[in-house]
Amino acid sequence: MATKILADSGLKVAIVEAGPFFDPKDPELMTQLKWPWESPRRGANTVRPFGDFDSAYGGWDIEGEPYTNSDGSNFKWFRSRMLGGRTNHWGRISLRFGPKDFKHKNEDGLGDNWPIGYEDVKPYYDKVDKLIGVFGTNEGLPNDPDGFFLPPPKPRLHELFYIRGARKSNIPVYPSRMSILTKMINEDRGICFYCAQCSRACMVYADFSAETCLIFPAQKNGGQIDLFLNAMVREVTTNEEGKATGVSYINKEDRKEYKLKGKVVVLAASACSSARILLNSKSAQHPNGLGKSSDIVGKYLHDSTGASRAAFIPDLMNRKISYNEDGVGGMHVYSPWWGDNKKLDFPRGYHIEVWGGMGMPNYGFGFNANEFNKFFGTKVGAYGNVLREDVKKYYGSVIGFGGRGESIAMKDNYCEIDPTKVDEFGIPVLRFNYKWSDHERKQVRHMQDTFEELIHNMGGEALGAKPTKEQDYGISPPGWIIHEVGTTRMGNDPKTSVVNKFQQLHDTDNVFIVDAGPFVSQADKNPTWTILALSWRTSDYIIEQLKQQNI
Amino acid sequence: MDRRNSIKSIILGSVAGGLAVHGCKPEAEAKAEDAQILEGYSYKYGRTPKEKERIVELEAEQFFNGHELGTIAVLSDLILPADDKFGSATEAGVPDFIEFMAKDIPEMQTTLRGGLMWLDHESNTQFGTEFKSASEDRQKQLLDTIAYPDISVPENELPMEIQFFSLMRNLTLTGYYTSEIGIQDLGYKGNTPNVWDGVPEDVLKQHGVAYEEEWLAKCIDQNRRGIMAEWDENGTLLT
Ligand SMILES: Cc1cc2nc3c(=O)[nH]c(=O)nc-3n(C[C@H](O)[C@H](O)[C@H](O)COP(=O)(O)OP(=O)(O)OC[C@H]3O[C@@H](n4cnc5c(N)ncnc54)[C@H](O)[C@@H]3O)c2cc1C
Ligand code: SF4
Repeated sequence: MATKILADSGLKVAIVEAGPFFDPKDPELMTQLKWPWESPRRGANTVRPFGDFDSAYGGWDIEGEPYTNSDGSNFKWFRSRMLGGRTNHWGRISLRFGPKDFKHKNEDGLGDNWPIGYEDVKPYYDKVDKLIGVFGTNEGLPNDPDGFFLPPPKPRLHELFYIRGARKSNIPVYPSRMSILTKMINEDRGICFYCAQCSRACMVYADFSAETCLIFPAQKNGGQIDLFLNAMVREVTTNEEGKATGVSYINKEDRKEYKLKGKVVVLAASACSSARILLNSKSAQHPNGLGKSSDIVGKYLHDSTGASRAAFIPDLMNRKISYNEDGVGGMHVYSPWWGDNKKLDFPRGYHIEVWGGMGMPNYGFGFNANEFNKFFGTKVGAYGNVLREDVKKYYGSVIGFGGRGESIAMKDNYCEIDPTKVDEFGIPVLRFNYKWSDHERKQVRHMQDTFEELIHNMGGEALGAKPTKEQDYGISPPGWIIHEVGTTRMGNDPKTSVVNKFQQLHDTDNVFIVDAGPFVSQADKNPTWTILALSWRTSDYIIEQLKQQNI
Repeated sequence: MDRRNSIKSIILGSVAGGLAVHGCKPEAEAKAEDAQILEGYSYKYGRTPKEKERIVELEAEQFFNGHELGTIAVLSDLILPADDKFGSATEAGVPDFIEFMAKDIPEMQTTLRGGLMWLDHESNTQFGTEFKSASEDRQKQLLDTIAYPDISVPENELPMEIQFFSLMRNLTLTGYYTSEIGIQDLGYKGNTPNVWDGVPEDVLKQHGVAYEEEWLAKCIDQNRRGIMAEWDENGTLLT
């Protein structure tokens, strides 16, 4: 987003990207609309963690780029190395934070308030909605604000079942909010043709990816943008006054180090990567790295909580496989947080994501084909043509729920430099220290109870055993939900925060951070729409400050 | 417009104190490198050069020998024989797929190999002939002892031969239903451009659900999808 706004304003921008070029409409790179048999592993996830057709170049582990965990910590770090980063294959769930989300400490005394409020970000959310496009509905909800939405698609069959089941427990359900174009918004981008494959990146640019919707249009606009690809930033360079002069990076192709000069440095490498760059930016003026006068860089790392459950719904058996049910790449309906935490034993909320339907077969399809026979007391197993009937009988009869909740940002959850290790570019790597607290465990217990209630309401049979207390109620390891934020948090006080409310480093006024590092808390909303809005806001501020010759 | 052309080779001399020339590889050079890796490579879905290499590597290896592959073919066709409309597992290419997966997920190798040996051993002992040459009746007689797992016992505590058969059944079905024949058989209608406009009426009826007017009123009118979106200042869509 910063590239688009800064380049549109006439500034000269250099993008330094660790991965290769990517454009989902390039036939050489395309995985969209491929059939499972076009992959020798039929889409199995042995190479790409979300399957062979997913468009992430990267994953939890990247060869040559390790990270570590201290004892008792099990943080998972998902990285993608490609132009556009993880926006090429993200879930496109695009939720604004609400007024309460910026000031949650006022409600429960936990964590910290943001130095800005919803009213500061609202104009930018509005602009992001219009520029990028997001479907959803204006429901007038107090903490899930209205926006400028495109109309949502109609629910699919399993989603109608979900709506009915949720209502029985007074859990509200609304059309989901996803950055997918159900309607034309400009001449450069196509309209969704309902292939359910946003995770493969869209060849007609009907979903949001940073390069297709921001970088390419900025180039087309005549923006002065230089792309440095396969270029791994090591650190921000500084001069005698401690001001940033640019970055140094390693060119992966010749494995040499280069320096690039710039008037302003904008970090958007994802929350943990940007913290790593700051921590590694050591100089005489900044012996402990940049932004280190506060000792907060890397601290307050937090991810969304997550838990899931799936169920077999007998009423969804024996479906007519007579129509194309793919829909958009993700859910058509969802439940924003409905509870009142004052009456519950955990402080923050969560939303429910729903999946199911008659999707395209991929590696794993047909495994345990007639396992559900057990619910009818008939034999599980067998061989022969009876299996064909079983497969069709149960196709599309499973529904799944994911809970995504707000955790409390804590100083004790952090990433730091591991002094004993470097990556293959010689850059010191991150070590994570992260533990869930009872706040999160209790919230996830509530998710599990809710899922069981929903399954019961739908007349379903839960799959697998309910996670126990000893299993921490099935809470995902930190990092697993891939909403890691908070490592360079914003605040008015340089002693307790890294950047100010314009995401400008307190210590070094020509360095800005426009990823999720500056998040003080992340709400029960996925982070990307807020990253985009704040990045735009910061870009406007940079343009203004340059005009006034303040930086 | 080819976006690659917009990637500039940049001479850093002026900005970076004369360090060096940085640039992306010229396209011809990159293509030539691709072509090298592409030898013996026929897949047409987005792969990085490294991923292509991995596929070529795996395909160059042979894991199962001819006898084992023969047994896999017989076994997978017992699991999924042809019916009056659609072909069998081998016609859908299942043995080749299992050969590839055994290399792609090496953890499966011992179970698969060990299980094939178990079949031969049992068949030799009981019928005096290896599994793939035994009569279909005898083959089935053996399968009947391993095809119905006791579901009250966790999978990994079941006897090896039962785990083996479950794995073979899984691989056979997944191999079949991810093949062209299998997808036709299933009747899956997607993976093609579409305009989603809701669940057909007969399907709603069959499953006892209905759309609510209020909900439908919020949804996209697919006749207007091509009309440029415009809103009033409150976010109400005008078009
Ligand atoms: C499967 C999946 C589903 C998701 N679903 C959702 C969702 O539904 N809703 C939502 O809001 N969020 C979702 N997310 C999260 C979302 O993808 C991230 O919030 C978002 O992409 C973060 O943007 P970013 O620019 O900060 O980081 P990234 O997208 O990670 O981009 C960072 C870029 O910087 C590059 N980089 C990193 N370090 C360096 C370096 N040292 N030098 C040079 N370049 C570097 C990387 O290669 C990368 O291209 C999902 C993520 C995943 C993986
Ligand atoms: S579902 Fe729509 S937006 Fe997503 S990839 Fe398919 S066509 Fe594109």
